[in-house]
Amino acid sequence: MVEVAPADARRQGLWGDAWQRLKRSRAAIVAASLLLLVCALALVGPWLSPYTVEQVDWTQATLATPPSLAHGHWFGTDANGRDLFARVWVGARVSLLVALLATIVSVVIGVAWGATAGYLGGRVDGWMMRFVDVLYALPYMFFVIILTVVFGRSLVLIFLAIGAVGWLTMARIVRGQALALRSREFVEAAIALGLPPATIIARHIVPNVLGTVIVYATLTVPQVILFESFLSFLGLGVQEPLTSLGRLVAEGALEMESSPWLLLVPSTVLAIVLLCLNFLGDGLRDALDPRQRR
Amino acid sequence: MSTTSTLLQVERVSVRYTLRGAGLLAPARALEALSDVSIAIPEGGRLGVVGESGSGKSTLARVLLGLVRAQAGRVAWEGRTVDYDDATAMRSLRRELQVVFQDPFGSLDPRMTAGQVVGEALQALAGPVATVAAQDRIRAALSEVGLAPAFANRYPHEMSGGQCQRVAIARAIVARPRLLVCDEVVSALDVSVQAQIVNLLHELSERYQMSLLFISHNLAVVRHLCDDVAVLCQGRVVEQGSRDAIFGDPQVQYTRELLAAVPEPNPTLQRARIALAVNVSRVKR
Amino acid sequence: MTSAPLLRVRDLGVDFSTSQGAVQAVSGVSFDVRAGECLAVVGESGSGKTQVLLACLGLLASNGTARGSALFADRELIGAGERSLNAVRGTGIGLLTQDPLSSLTPHLRIETLLTEGLLDRGLATRAAARERALQALRDVEIADPESRLRQYPHELSGGMRQRVALAAALMCGPQLLFADEPTTALDVSVQARVLELLALVRSRGVGMLLVTHDLGVVAGLADRVAVMYSGRIVETATTDELFRAPKHPYTAALLAAVPRLHGVAQSRLVGIAGDPPQPSARPPGCAFAPRCGRAVDRCSDSRPELTASAEVSPLTTAQGDSMDGRAWPITAVACHRPLQDRAEIA
Repeated sequence: MVEVAPADARRQGLWGDAWQRLKRSRAAIVAASLLLLVCALALVGPWLSPYTVEQVDWTQATLATPPSLAHGHWFGTDANGRDLFARVWVGARVSLLVALLATIVSVVIGVAWGATAGYLGGRVDGWMMRFVDVLYALPYMFFVIILTVVFGRSLVLIFLAIGAVGWLTMARIVRGQALALRSREFVEAAIALGLPPATIIARHIVPNVLGTVIVYATLTVPQVILFESFLSFLGLGVQEPLTSLGRLVAEGALEMESSPWLLLVPSTVLAIVLLCLNFLGDGLRDALDPRQRR
Repeated sequence: MSTTSTLLQVERVSVRYTLRGAGLLAPARALEALSDVSIAIPEGGRLGVVGESGSGKSTLARVLLGLVRAQAGRVAWEGRTVDYDDATAMRSLRRELQVVFQDPFGSLDPRMTAGQVVGEALQALAGPVATVAAQDRIRAALSEVGLAPAFANRYPHEMSGGQCQRVAIARAIVARPRLLVCDEVVSALDVSVQAQIVNLLHELSERYQMSLLFISHNLAVVRHLCDDVAVLCQGRVVEQGSRDAIFGDPQVQYTRELLAAVPEPNPTLQRARIALAVNVSRVKR
Repeated sequence: MTSAPLLRVRDLGVDFSTSQGAVQAVSGVSFDVRAGECLAVVGESGSGKTQVLLACLGLLASNGTARGSALFADRELIGAGERSLNAVRGTGIGLLTQDPLSSLTPHLRIETLLTEGLLDRGLATRAAARERALQALRDVEIADPESRLRQYPHELSGGMRQRVALAAALMCGPQLLFADEPTTALDVSVQARVLELLALVRSRGVGMLLVTHDLGVVAGLADRVAVMYSGRIVETATTDELFRAPKHPYTAALLAAVPRLHGVAQSRLVGIAGDPPQPSARPPGCAFAPRCGRAVDRCSDSRPELTASAEVSPLTTAQGDSMDGRAWPITAVACHRPLQDRAEIA
């Protein structure tokens, strides 16, 4: 019996391997850092400002004052005299929260649905994906508007509604991956061990699609933020006193000619968040691409 | 030869795949992957199943494991017919009948370490085992296939093809099966590693009186490892017999042609074959 | 054999830049290939044999760089620009790879696949190219070539696809054929046909560089053999010499490990313990020393250079045993303790 001594391999594991590759993509690192900065500001920003979100500043010459360092309104004030700096970061907080929660909902449902459909295949797969196709075809915006009118504009409703649609694309993507994985020999080996389908899906299929899922999740978040912004633009988004980036943009658009900063500042923050998420998503996709592994 | 009991019997098994016809209205075509195949493996015996692509040898492995259902015929284990739909019967059968596949990297989950791979098999086949005892058995299984305990923490991409295949074998034997189905297990390995794995299988088979169903297109390897050989061609068994009979005195034309076509590392012999073939085709033109 | 070699490779090396630094996949590889002769480069996975072939054609991966020299008809291939290489690819050197399913573009008809090389370069009219394609198919013994031209690759069997790939490689009339594991993906019965075709091609004066791990294929087709291990050539000899009396312990071990159809059937095959070293972590000295049964201290300290054999075996018919740059030695081995005769092999 030959005892084979293992070579001194660089012990990294798969996630460590991907992390190394991610670190090499400069765009992804810059994007991630910027995103972290935005998140940090979203958390603590409102406290940094000497003013609160709702406080109306009567002391300035006009209610809507342009940004300046002198009077402490670093981003200026809006048409009601409220500090824009504080409002932008509260808005960012809400937008990011909605995006995160909605994405989590869509990931959980989408992965479960897609992995099961792809693994089981055959008729079950057919019915499950036809259901997805039908939901895709529905005039989604229509339903959201009706729901908002019926149930009122609550935060929970917003992110449930968004999540309920976001999972469709995720399901399709995961199903494709699961279908490919099913014919791999390690899945056949698991079947030959007598493991039940639920165990195989949870232990072998899902962990191996996580790479793709993470990439698409980072690309879903911008879509969700945009959608929420659109709802807010229509006046169907979050209610006062809460605000979101979308609402701020909507309000700013109304005052565009007289107070351009009211539009520029929230749009810039929104654009930065979306750009960073897209770059990060690209970087993640390259880092997690299995073909680039040895 | 002593009359050892027959462990596995395959009787007149046929497997048909229906393919959708080309075009919208064309009728479905049936592909006979296996037709009327019968083989038998004695306790502790080593049967080689040889054939080229399309011969159905991989389908045969899948039928035995229950991954594919046969439309006709039966599979008997220790004389009793196997019911692949009976979950309880299958659970006990799986403990006795395991498999090693061809692709060393593909047959291991890329996200699991060698120890986890073997541990999963242990839990699935041998019932709930306490963690400490499980760790011991995993280590023992790895050491039986010639891997040091440190390999338990390695991922497939950190190991060579030969090492991965050893892990796959460790997974298959951890519950001490009585029959190991080897589906082209050395085809993806280098020659020097191939020899190591073949020797390992032979050793394990001798030590535990474990039968082997060795499926391969490599006739030379089969000749060294197996006692009996079955030759498949397009889903049918064209010839069956002891190793010496098949390789020494093949009766069927297909077997003879197959043996003649295998490239041997012998320059004189190979050049003569090629020259003969070249002359034959020159005459044909 | 005093004809000038078609391909003259000297001190070829291939490096890859990876996250762990620069890795030497191939070093110090030198050989000649003449018209009408077949040189086989034999090695297992990780030996670097395929990289040698890719380096000559400028087909290395983006993180790979080649160094050294590869002269084809007095044109330097290593480091040459794309235009220079394209003048050689196809018309000077043809390439036949392992898997015909991936080497033939699936959505193109056979006719397109065969004629695109000629038509793109403006070397023939459409009608003339089609005639050439029909003749090429007949040369590789495909019956009913007219109907085959209209088919797609997936409609052909594996063996036929490989023959089409061979025809495509020879369409522009190259003087040299690079074959990378041409029969590995094929059934045994089909392999024989393809080998026979390759022998025919060689008899028509085309030189051949055959990269393979299959010693049976080498035995029938190759005139000379170069054995590679861990990126370097460890032995070169004529085919007869190599099989009869290998000098390097790795060659001998490799030959011993191949299971045979004739002779005594042994239940224990003779393997080589261990694995080849990682390219990023080669030991000093001879790369094979950790696995070699004949290794002494000197083997782990200093790497043996490829040196021509002192005696010329009576079986060697070719000349050219000088190492000063003109001709390349037929018989050479890189070992501190080469095997002297067959009896020493365990």
